[in-house]
Amino acid sequence: MSLQVEHLTVYYQTLRGDVQALEDATFTIEDGEIMGLAGESGCGKTTLGHSLIRLVPPMRYVRGKVKIDSEELPIWGMEEMNPFRFKKISIIPQYAMNAMNPTRKIGKMTEELLESRKVSFSDTLPELKRRLDMVELTHDVMNMYPIELSGGMKQRMVMVLSTLMDPTLLIADEITSALDVSTQKAVAEMLVEFRNRECCNSVMLITHDLSILYQIADTIMVMYAGQLSEKAATHTMIHSPRHPYTKLLISSLPKVGVKYAEKRLKGIPGSPPLLLDPPIGCRFRERCPVAFDKCLDVPPFLEIEKDHLVACWKEFERDA
Amino acid sequence: MRRYFSRKLLIYILTFFLAVTIDWLIPRFMPGDPVQNMLSRAMLRADAAEVMYGYYTKAFGLDVPIGQQYLNFWNALFHGDLGTSVYMFPTPVTKVLLRAVPYDIFLLIPSILLSWYAGNKFGAYAARSKWLDNTVSPLGYVLTATPYMWLGILLAWFFGIVLGKFPIAGAYSFNLVPHLSWMFIWDVLKHWFLPFASLFLVGFGGQAIGMRNMIIYELEADYSHYLEALGAPRSLVRKYAFRNAVLPQITGLALSLGVIVAGALVTEVVFSYPGIGYLLLAAIQNQDYFLIQGCFLFIIIGVLFANFVIDIVYLLIDPRTRTGMMGETA
Amino acid sequence: MSEDKKINEFLYFALRNKKLRIGLFIVLFFLILTFIGPMLAQNDPFDYVNPGGAEPPSSEYLFGTTFFGQDVFAQFVYGLRATFLVGLLGGGIGTLIGVLIGFTAGYRGGIVDELLNMLTNIILVIPVLAVLLIIAAYLEVRTILIECMIIGLTAWPWTARAIRAQTFSLRTREFVDLARLSGMKSSKVIFTEIAPNMMSYLVMAFILQFGGAILNAATLDFIGLGPTNAISLGLMMQVAVLWGALQLGSWWWFVPPGLAITAIVGALYVMNVGLDEVFNPKLREM
Repeated sequence: MSLQVEHLTVYYQTLRGDVQALEDATFTIEDGEIMGLAGESGCGKTTLGHSLIRLVPPMRYVRGKVKIDSEELPIWGMEEMNPFRFKKISIIPQYAMNAMNPTRKIGKMTEELLESRKVSFSDTLPELKRRLDMVELTHDVMNMYPIELSGGMKQRMVMVLSTLMDPTLLIADEITSALDVSTQKAVAEMLVEFRNRECCNSVMLITHDLSILYQIADTIMVMYAGQLSEKAATHTMIHSPRHPYTKLLISSLPKVGVKYAEKRLKGIPGSPPLLLDPPIGCRFRERCPVAFDKCLDVPPFLEIEKDHLVACWKEFERDA
Repeated sequence: MRRYFSRKLLIYILTFFLAVTIDWLIPRFMPGDPVQNMLSRAMLRADAAEVMYGYYTKAFGLDVPIGQQYLNFWNALFHGDLGTSVYMFPTPVTKVLLRAVPYDIFLLIPSILLSWYAGNKFGAYAARSKWLDNTVSPLGYVLTATPYMWLGILLAWFFGIVLGKFPIAGAYSFNLVPHLSWMFIWDVLKHWFLPFASLFLVGFGGQAIGMRNMIIYELEADYSHYLEALGAPRSLVRKYAFRNAVLPQITGLALSLGVIVAGALVTEVVFSYPGIGYLLLAAIQNQDYFLIQGCFLFIIIGVLFANFVIDIVYLLIDPRTRTGMMGETA
Repeated sequence: MSEDKKINEFLYFALRNKKLRIGLFIVLFFLILTFIGPMLAQNDPFDYVNPGGAEPPSSEYLFGTTFFGQDVFAQFVYGLRATFLVGLLGGGIGTLIGVLIGFTAGYRGGIVDELLNMLTNIILVIPVLAVLLIIAAYLEVRTILIECMIIGLTAWPWTARAIRAQTFSLRTREFVDLARLSGMKSSKVIFTEIAPNMMSYLVMAFILQFGGAILNAATLDFIGLGPTNAISLGLMMQVAVLWGALQLGSWWWFVPPGLAITAIVGALYVMNVGLDEVFNPKLREM
């Protein structure tokens, strides 16, 4: 098991109180698994991804445990996390286009970064070059400034950089949303290639674009308003979802080719609750067509079939 | 980069052109007859009045067509002829100004460079520690809000009058004749120190605040977050943020030159320091219009030149512009 | 979010911002002083009331008297009034011109933008003071209003630059496109869609112009190009230095005017930082 998350709860501090962006998340990612994390914007998927690697104010760690390769991650400590970052857990950020220092040559920046982590640059160089070849970047990029690279090139460069230490878990945050459709596909396939060549063990792919997940993810996990709704193998998720929210989410997508989930769900009345003062129990309750009095309690995230987890009282009842 | 440079150059040329035009235009389009006005208001010695009348009619040349007047003005300018000073009759304005300029350079260059350097250093420290931020930042806001002349007055009063440690008027003691000796150099430095300190302090405040805000902005930039996410130590993140924050501080310096020069003018007035500012006050009080026009032009030329130098420095240290240059020549 | 709710929210954060509160308190203190000060002042600022000449503060003369025996407190409160007037009018004119030019450049784009941007850059390089003094030097009679005019007419480029950049980023946003596509007139788009979203920038630009105008006026006054036959804080300092207040040690003559300018301008700057925190949701939400 590469990642184990138990009861992870992370809030955002605001002047008006805590925004409960991630509530009691418990799940695992297996070795070699590419897990897609999906949901509407503001559902907490980015909070989950970021809290695993760089938990900074206004984010606030509330409770929960994270283990990577069975070793506990001190995600609550900015400094304590440093030994794990890059080597055990790494990220391709959403802002990959601006992720590199604009006034440093890429090679120089890489060298300074590696040396600061006590890794010899010259020892790593051959591997770095191999990986550049892998993503079809010329070795000249090392002598260039980020501004001289195109968007797609920057994206690939950041992919190489982030995975250089072969992290156990790679978090890929909306890596395709800034790219045009043809590049999207190429980048997504590269990610699979990275996993296959063991440049990283497992991947958490955060996106609102279900079509990408459909293409490359092994499993999909759906979140709603800070709570986990459902996790299952991609095929299961697309064809037989169990959670009422997931069902609506999947069915609201155009049938031919699975498309964006970012747009407000037209079929479901209402909008996601404000997480400053979320409703008690299941947070989907107020919009849920099948809600009943039991939903005033928070449903646990349970495995109802093998590798298929759902948090819904109605489904538990049906299975019982 | 060549494009950037030629654009800048064009702006400087246009600015100079506009400045000279303003300089020429204003006396002609102000209410009343400038020659009459001046001669009636300026208390001239008899011989001066006669010569001045000749000069003014020639310079304002109300008998030649307006276009010709304008060309004549440019022509005289290129020959370094800015007219004759009334206040220091019969010295040519150019000569009067050239005598004053070294004092301005002596005052401005150290205060600009040192306040920029120290301000950026302290601003960067302030961005680093809460404690320093709570002391440096309020001090910075107070200093940058202080009118230059008031700070000058306070320093002159406290160090000059109350403590009696520094002289508060002139560039050197009246009883000394300029010569090369340690005593004279010491005397010059003592006269220089307080005006320098006023300029330095106000500039320091502005730079420190600018740097503090810029660094905080850079520390929140994507590339800083990325470095942090990859576990880079604080020192590396700070180093990058500082380097990148310095660049806009250089452009900022160019833009604030006008304010600094204005500050130098009034500071010189406070300390009777014989630079262009002091000259200007005398020119205004003596209705010496040629001298006023000359001061104006000298200030503009100085600021344009300084801007140009800063542009070149910027080109040299921002790698992005340098690579642009290589890309184009290659 | 409705307009009302927006305003409520703004007030909520504004009242909780320490910088904004401190700045506002200082500015209001001096503003109130300009109104009640003339009532408190016993004497006309120009009258030679004390035959003894320069005397330190006493119960009779709150801020002491000048070399000529004038009441410093009376001069101070009337001068304060001139300072606020210059800030309001000079800063107002500067903001107005800057906003118009910045808006037009940013909104129209293309050649109009090129030209206006060029003009802005040119005026930006010319030291404002140099232009001010050459204009002021040729005006025989100068009033505070004229001073405000010339300050406003030369101080706009900073604002124009900031507003232009902001308009640029706003006009490419969705809601503006939508308004334009629905056939709204340019001017209507600007006033109903863009301006409300720029209110925060306008307020902050005005505050900076206000402070800048006060400092510029003080400089002009100090080199003897201020209003003729009027009183202002800058003129007080000029006369004090000219008549040897330094050598005579009459600190009560030159300390109050400079202190007031520093306090007001400093408070404005601090207020501006506070407002930035209030307006910028990034600094307070999520």
